[in-house]
Amino acid sequence: MTLIRADGVSRTYRSTSLVGTGAARTALDGVSLSVAAGETVALLGRSGCGKSTLARLLCGLERPDGGTVSFRGAPLARLDRSGLHRFRREVQMVFQDAPGAVDPRFDIRSIIAEPLRHLTSLDAPARARRVDELLEMVELPASLAPMLPSQVSGGQLQRVCIARALAPEPALVILDEAVSNLDLHLQAATLALLKRLQQASGIACLFVTHDLRLVERFADRTIVMQRGQVVEETGTSALSELRHPASLELKAAILPPLPARVRTVKVVAAG
Amino acid sequence: MSLNLAPKPASASGTLSIEGLTVAAGRDGAGPVLVRDLTLEVRRGRVLALVGASGSGKSMTCMAALGTLPPGTRALSGRVRLDGAECPPASLRGRQVATILQNPRSAFNPVRTMRDHALETLAALGLAGPDADARIEAAMAEAGLDEPARILPLHAFEMSGGMLQRMMIALALLAEAPFLFADEPTTDLDLVVQARILDLLERLVAARGLGVLLVTHDMGVVARLADDVAVLDHGRLVECAPVEEVFHAPRHPLTRMLVSAHLALYGLELAP
Repeated sequence: MTLIRADGVSRTYRSTSLVGTGAARTALDGVSLSVAAGETVALLGRSGCGKSTLARLLCGLERPDGGTVSFRGAPLARLDRSGLHRFRREVQMVFQDAPGAVDPRFDIRSIIAEPLRHLTSLDAPARARRVDELLEMVELPASLAPMLPSQVSGGQLQRVCIARALAPEPALVILDEAVSNLDLHLQAATLALLKRLQQASGIACLFVTHDLRLVERFADRTIVMQRGQVVEETGTSALSELRHPASLELKAAILPPLPARVRTVKVVAAG
Repeated sequence: MSLNLAPKPASASGTLSIEGLTVAAGRDGAGPVLVRDLTLEVRRGRVLALVGASGSGKSMTCMAALGTLPPGTRALSGRVRLDGAECPPASLRGRQVATILQNPRSAFNPVRTMRDHALETLAALGLAGPDADARIEAAMAEAGLDEPARILPLHAFEMSGGMLQRMMIALALLAEAPFLFADEPTTDLDLVVQARILDLLERLVAARGLGVLLVTHDMGVVARLADDVAVLDHGRLVECAPVEEVFHAPRHPLTRMLVSAHLALYGLELAP
């Protein structure tokens, strides 16, 4: 069953300054994509290809200039009050910049409990129990709960954000480069955690990244974007299936797992 | 006529060694120890990677060696030797050791053009002369910036992250310093740009015999570029070995953890 679907969505940004309106920049140009219940889709592309814009449109943070985003078959713009409530509960997003995604004056407990207050009917004791459960799920000690975001490390805060996204038991989590600025062992641990949660609860994931190393182990399906358009879609996460030049360029940039015995000095054109 | 008083960068030096470096927090150095009795050797034509978790003292080591520790930290002991001869850290800066940093955008003055930065670098080294433009263009070409005339009038905000990092490398090359400290040089760049910058560094090491101290948290970057690896844990050097040894037979538990987490990203496992 299709959870969320974009049909030919476009988005143009226009910068405005004191001296007038700048040139329009098309971030998305007629992009279509869908995510079904329980699947993990990797959305790949270089910086500036429009993948984050697409993620923001899919979770309703922004509206497309053209095309439609639908949730469980109904266009977002036409959802009624209860439909919108359900959409907000079932589609959650985790951002790359964890410190920027939390209120610095909220303690960890309130940060994770906030979606529970707004999106569920749990009472205060039930919310507190759920927060403890979520902290355990993301492998953080309960002693973190009364701390402020500035008192925990970047990796811990990113896991707090993941716990917050999982709090209202969503059907889809959109991870926008959500692990790329963590230390490597934390990236691996976070991905393993998400995979376990997925097997246990069957949530769907849209995994936005430029790091192809993470894709093969984590995704069911791969979508590659370039300059605001989808240029390739494969039915598997096997990187060997990729054919488009933009995909091959990303693939060629994967760092080696092990040092090469004989170094080859490549000469690459400037860009 | 230029005042060319500065000595020409020595091209003979082959080894830069940091010996017995200890850095502590606090103005009087009474705070927590950030780097403890660290000894490292950077050799020309080789890349030494300095790895460890965030906060393990990687960047502090680079800064202490060049005498650029931030306020509130102090080097309690340690010397830097160039081919055995002790050098005051400030004398190395720019002349013997060029530096490139993570997030090149913040390393440029936002209201000055690239040309201003290049001329300032030359002037600081006493190399500003009639051949300045030719020097700048040659350094830019070597860093893979092919259109100097288009790029030199630009400000940092008009350039991409990859272009800025190339410009940083071009400025580093201007000094013709034999050593380069690269502190997380590709961390904020997208993967394709990262690969190109690493290719460029590899070529420069081969062509110029540059000795590189590469600070990184990404073992993929280490596998790609390093010849030797030094592992830091809470300011202490826990392992230093050739790169093959570190990946195939890491000794310290921290090194094993770093390597196995890295290999797990590729679905590989460390041999027990």
